[in-house]
Amino acid sequence: MEYQPEITLFTCIYCGYMAADTAGALRIQYPPNTKLIRFPCTGKLDVRYILEAFEKGADGVMVVACPIGNCHHFHGNVQATRRVQYAKKLLDEIGLGGERLEIFYMSGGQGGTFANAVSTMVERLKKIGPNPLKNGFKPK
Amino acid sequence: MIIANRKPFEEIKAMVAPFNRILILGCGTCVTVDFSGGEKQVGILAAELRMARQLEGKPLETVEHTVQRQCEWEFIDPIADMVRSVDAVLSMACGVGVQAMAERYPDKIVLPALNTVMMGMPIEAGVFVERCAGCGNCVLALTGGICPIARCSKNLLNGPCGGSQNGKCEVNPEIDCAWHLIYEKLKAMGRLDALMEIMGPKDWRPAGGGGPRKIVREEERLEFMEM
Ligand code: SF4
Ligand code: SF4
Repeated sequence: MEYQPEITLFTCIYCGYMAADTAGALRIQYPPNTKLIRFPCTGKLDVRYILEAFEKGADGVMVVACPIGNCHHFHGNVQATRRVQYAKKLLDEIGLGGERLEIFYMSGGQGGTFANAVSTMVERLKKIGPNPLKNGFKPK
Repeated sequence: MIIANRKPFEEIKAMVAPFNRILILGCGTCVTVDFSGGEKQVGILAAELRMARQLEGKPLETVEHTVQRQCEWEFIDPIADMVRSVDAVLSMACGVGVQAMAERYPDKIVLPALNTVMMGMPIEAGVFVERCAGCGNCVLALTGGICPIARCSKNLLNGPCGGSQNGKCEVNPEIDCAWHLIYEKLKAMGRLDALMEIMGPKDWRPAGGGGPRKIVREEERLEFMEM
């Protein structure tokens, strides 16, 4: 069977989640490989959550935030961006590769953009291949 | 507070390479506040090390724990069982905490995950600056509350030097000249006369020049006192 990357998707309950919802309402098809986790704001994104997702076997992690300047909580998405940049560095050091992680920005109405972002990530992860930690690794 | 920085990941990974099970021990005081060695950083480092080691085919078991203060016996004594259960302790405390652990657990290898850098404070979220060098004889009363030892690159007591330019230090244009700051502060307060006092050569013995320092507060001691 063809490798289907599993993606953990962190999003806020505002733009990000609404964009996902819009994609659904518009019946826009996007790859079914994402596990969506909602935060009150992407400012709640923590480097630890990102690492945990990878440790538990996610092939990729994507963060969907409001456009910069449009965060409901003023600058949560800026903080999420900084944490994503930091976590990318850590993933490089670990040897998993920072390109398994990405942040996307969109507003609630952009269902098509959401679907595109997921497809972009799926394509990228298909090229990179599965998370080598996926099988048989039991973290304490 | 004491401000530290995590060592490069490669260095930490090399230090723990010989071990299969380690305790990653955070400290809940200074290094929690400066985001270098608190509970969250323990979790991040532990996850990083586990994944990196797994990728190398040499899985590492980690025990994660954070004590309120690693520099006091009463906080590190209760974790004796945890320490006993591991091959080595990777401490995320400042150098004081690392040494406290090494002294309390003399048979255990205790490794530093941080580089302890300075005494200072956050001036905004995520930005930390040096404020005091622990010189043992504070002169802040004469300098408008701005330390010439920790904040002047040359530790001058009667500055500024000739390298002070537009408020910046000649050592690095990103550093504010401490003596420029002192002058401006005293001027604004109408206290420029404080600068007329020449500070004599500083006795550096209380600053550590007389060897490691020790403070004894007799009134606080519990030991039996011979009268
Ligand atoms: S003068 Fe000495 S004790 Fe006072 S702030 Fe400066 S270094 Fe610290
Ligand atoms: S320029 Fe100012 S801070 Fe720098 S060495 Fe001279 S007096 Fe000190």
